[in-house]
Amino acid sequence: MDAPAKATVLKTEGLTKRYGGIHALEDADFELFEGEHIAIVGDNGAGKSTFVRQITGVERPTGGRILFDGAEVSFSSPLDARAAGIEAVFQNLALADDLDVPANIFLGREETTLGFLGPFRFLKERSMMAHSKEALERTAVKIPDLKAAIRRMSGGQRQCVAIARAASFVSKLIIMDEPTAALGVQETAQVENIIRNLKSRGIPLILVSHNLRQVLDLVDRIWVFRRGRIAGVVDKDKTDGNEIVSMITGVKDTASEQPSFV
Amino acid sequence: MAQNAEASTVRAAEAAIVNVPRSLPHELNALIGLVGIALIFEALGWFLHGQSFLANTQRLSIIILQVATIGIIAVGVTQVIITGGIDLSSGSIVGATAMIAMSFAQVSTYARAVYPSLTDLPVIVPVAIGLGCGLAFGVINGALIAYSGIPPFIATLGMMLSVRGVAKWYTKGQPVSFPTDGYAAIGQGMTPVLIFLAVAVLFHVALRYTLYGRRTYAIGSNVEAARMSGMNVERHLVLVYALAGGLSALAGIVISSRGLTAQAGMGMMYELYAIAMAVIGGVSLSGGRGSVVGTVIGALIIGVIISGFTFLRIDAYFQEMIMGAIIVIAVIADIHRQKLRALRAEKS
Repeated sequence: MDAPAKATVLKTEGLTKRYGGIHALEDADFELFEGEHIAIVGDNGAGKSTFVRQITGVERPTGGRILFDGAEVSFSSPLDARAAGIEAVFQNLALADDLDVPANIFLGREETTLGFLGPFRFLKERSMMAHSKEALERTAVKIPDLKAAIRRMSGGQRQCVAIARAASFVSKLIIMDEPTAALGVQETAQVENIIRNLKSRGIPLILVSHNLRQVLDLVDRIWVFRRGRIAGVVDKDKTDGNEIVSMITGVKDTASEQPSFV
Repeated sequence: MAQNAEASTVRAAEAAIVNVPRSLPHELNALIGLVGIALIFEALGWFLHGQSFLANTQRLSIIILQVATIGIIAVGVTQVIITGGIDLSSGSIVGATAMIAMSFAQVSTYARAVYPSLTDLPVIVPVAIGLGCGLAFGVINGALIAYSGIPPFIATLGMMLSVRGVAKWYTKGQPVSFPTDGYAAIGQGMTPVLIFLAVAVLFHVALRYTLYGRRTYAIGSNVEAARMSGMNVERHLVLVYALAGGLSALAGIVISSRGLTAQAGMGMMYELYAIAMAVIGGVSLSGGRGSVVGTVIGALIIGVIISGFTFLRIDAYFQEMIMGAIIVIAVIADIHRQKLRALRAEKS
């Protein structure tokens, strides 16, 4: 039985990014369907993070098009991407160490009142605390004291705050760049549970990861990047670790090989 | 069975994190310091002079009066330091705005007014002009720092020199005196203390409960995270430095009003005392931490120390040396706390 055709959430056509003479990303044709969880894998320097930076508005692409929800978009900053419903968790987490959990979750999107005071409008702290508790409950991570500065928290708890932040504001697409790279076994399991929860909510995910076990556990399709180009895409069910590794290293690829620099 | 082991490991890990020793909030430390120092002077007073240091309302009111004017500056510089910056131009802004404000506050009965046709103006005029100039100087500071990437130390150092030049140029070095009664009332009696407390309450509320405060701490804690979250960091920095300049101007108005005169050299070194009050009160020079409450306590500590030295009849020159040492010790303590915080963060 054929599954009904799924809508495309994100598509890139010929996406290219060059930094001067360095061709970090060349001619990337990518497509992500509704509700789909995909992984982007590849060796260091393959162009994974570059690709993520273009689609999240952190940088402007040198060439090609990005289509989001069917319409061509051009993000001039991460804010534009967020306004479109895209949330990202970058490797640096973008958390403010001296602030507490609700302050970090609502960073840049604080709930305020008495708006006529302009920049001096008051914060709705109780409301933000309640909403933060909800957001964290969905991640099922226990943080004993939400009012403590997050500097005091473990790497796993910090990661969960960053993910809870993205997961609670996301509406269309969430992107995670190496979310468990610095975490222990326990914490990695917690993050992977959050990802499964997102899948059940129907929110599409782009997961950049070096961890092939994780990738094969969690996602539907796997996009392999190599030397700035997309080397191929495989279904999780139709592949195994060996094939992916050989695509990453270039022993075997399903796209025609062309030089990635001029 | 495996699940239980996992659950108990998680619980143990959580317990370990909760038990990482927390230092007391620095405001409490500062308060303890204040009480301690006051008691030391009290004890020394009885021991050396057979007199009480504290049981003297005149002395206590002089303490708070002395620190009130620099305290106003300190409230402004507290916010600047929380953003991770510094402001060295406060004292020069005090001098320049004192001159400018006073020149619009002169009485007509004085023969050599700066602006003979602009005498006997309602007090709101010199105050508004003075504050406006302070805000303008602050905007220049903030714009230089936010938009040209000049380090705050250098930008405000440059302003410190240039604005002092403005103060000296304004009347070619002549002091400006003979204010109207309205202007003179600002610095009379305990009014400067009321102004200081009002400013402290206002900015405590702003820092603790408003979006302005949240942005200030966020920028000081992680400016990249603040920028990525959508904050207009540049515009906020200009606002913070502008307010600091405005508060320096307020201090200039209070000082010139109290002394019934304005001189180009007024406010010399005030920025350092203001910074000292903030650092002693727990504001971290690395940004992201501190509060107005702490700064007020820091101001009182400095006031008690200065008054204590006078009470014990310590030579004025020793007073300056010891004050300098105290400021250095306060900064060393701040750096030590920063290192402890970094270690604690690594361990968790």
